Amino acid sequence: MIKNRITSNAGSALGGGRSPLINEKNFFARLTDRRSESRGKALIYCSALLMIIAVTAITLFLTLQGLRSFVVDHLNLWTFITGTEWYPDRANNPSFGAFPFIFGSLAVTFLAALIATPIAIGTAIFMAEIAQKWGTKIMQPVIEILVGIPSVVYGLIGLSIVAPFMRQHFGGSGFNLITGAIVVGVMILPTVASIAADSIRAVPDSLRQASYAIGATKWQTIWRVVIPASGSSLITAIVLGMSRAFGEALAVQMVIGNARNLPGSILDPAATLTTIITLSMGHTTTGSVLNDVLWSLGLILLLISYVFIVIVRYLAKRGEVR
Amino acid sequence: MNSKVTNRIALSVIVLCAAAMAAVLISMLGYILVKGLSSISWHFLTTSASPFMPGGGIKDQLWNSFYVLFITMLLTVPIGVCGGIYLAEYAKPGKITSFIRTCVEVLASLPSIVVGMFGMLLFVNYFGFKYSVLSGALALTVFNLPVIVRVTEDGFRALPRHQKEGGLALGMTHWHTIKTILLPAAFPSILTGIILSAGRVFGESAALLFTAGLSTPDLNFENWNPLAPDSPLNLFRSAETLSVHIWSVNTGGIMPDVDTIANGSAAVLVICVLIFNLFARMLGKIINQKFSGK
Repeated sequence: MIKNRITSNAGSALGGGRSPLINEKNFFARLTDRRSESRGKALIYCSALLMIIAVTAITLFLTLQGLRSFVVDHLNLWTFITGTEWYPDRANNPSFGAFPFIFGSLAVTFLAALIATPIAIGTAIFMAEIAQKWGTKIMQPVIEILVGIPSVVYGLIGLSIVAPFMRQHFGGSGFNLITGAIVVGVMILPTVASIAADSIRAVPDSLRQASYAIGATKWQTIWRVVIPASGSSLITAIVLGMSRAFGEALAVQMVIGNARNLPGSILDPAATLTTIITLSMGHTTTGSVLNDVLWSLGLILLLISYVFIVIVRYLAKRGEVR
Repeated sequence: MNSKVTNRIALSVIVLCAAAMAAVLISMLGYILVKGLSSISWHFLTTSASPFMPGGGIKDQLWNSFYVLFITMLLTVPIGVCGGIYLAEYAKPGKITSFIRTCVEVLASLPSIVVGMFGMLLFVNYFGFKYSVLSGALALTVFNLPVIVRVTEDGFRALPRHQKEGGLALGMTHWHTIKTILLPAAFPSILTGIILSAGRVFGESAALLFTAGLSTPDLNFENWNPLAPDSPLNLFRSAETLSVHIWSVNTGGIMPDVDTIANGSAAVLVICVLIFNLFARMLGKIINQKFSGK
């Protein structure tokens, strides 16, 4: 719009029209103002710099605060990571073993991926290969909208449908590891499916046509040609889903049962890094040992998130090379 | 087994997967809306929450959600758009650019609770903002920035090259070209992305838990002086948002009608997010039609 105004005005001005914008004072000076250029550039560079600052600050602050429990409170790093006893408020000899939470987090993540992957990849193949027309027109938009449904809503659903179901059929309270995994698995379904569908669509059509031309069936084409061709980006979709599952806090907290012990089976209540932080952080005072330990758990959360990021980057790079 | 039979079986399994997916998601959405809509009433939307008695509403929480969203957007959009412009226009391929890209990626994939903890450390404790609207909005800014950056960069990259070249050919500076030609042209797609990200911010809870707090002071909706402690506009009061409310009611609520409140709040939340999404899509479609001249 503004572009039109400028160009048309400039044009008519050059043609001797009645809007001599070009004769206006400082017209060219304004367009070619070096100082405005450097001001704009400064603004842009500051914003870009802010991104670096944010990431550095998050990493730095969490690392410093997370290391306090080892440096200031002299906890042993090894017993902290491998210990299974979490009794922070025991009067004599409190013990801080974070292994149940690390295990819980990883268990929920992998179980959720196990539940979500087949359904999500199946749906993605359906959308991108079998029913392309209403796959792209209807299912894809609906799934993308579902990506935006807040996680607490998934937690609420788990609380009011999945947990009572588990209670009825498997006994116990219904709040256990597998309930948490189901809730998170359903939560990451739309994410994984929509990224996977995109990556399947990115496979060039010539590959499919070549496969059909030598007499392959639809399934043979999908299994032998399309899936291998989109391989690493399909795995990227799953890893992104897993990293979302790993970082989820409130939805898991609502259904997992929040036990401090190592779960013996998937039907036992458990806890994850995120749930223990969510639950305990508000009740501690800054500087207490428990508070420091919670920050250490946060640091572990951050480090494992970085591992996911590195994996995704590695996969993306491998996809580029091929 | 011959390949035709395998083909049949495998394809049916895939269709089954898709059907299962559709069934799960539709029944979930249906459950929330059907269950929740029965508990939404004008009274529910316009009464304050009551901690012990039945019949509490979500007026304050709803207001807080929108207010935090507004402040977040106020902070995120300028910074994010500038960051996106940098990556699309000024960044030269090299170590610094790829480092900034990595940073955007890292920010986008950090768990929201980590962002919340960072916000607690820096904004709540170090800057001394306490649990407040401002702390929450700042934490959400960190959380939302990468989305806006990406949207802006994509919007700029999708523009035809000749628009920029035309501007530069007139002898305009790069910045002036961006300001007067490229930004207005890319604005529609950026706006669509902003609205979509607003839906995400609106439903975010874990990052707000330690930054905006779990309580709301008694708000006086007639006092619009932003400095008064009971004013809805006060930036330095704690503010429980709708999604945090759903969580806190379910984990620690002692009012007898927890289910009704939770279901109603969830329905309101979902409806708001759906409206954001549909609005963004409609806007995108209309603008696309206008530009492609169909």
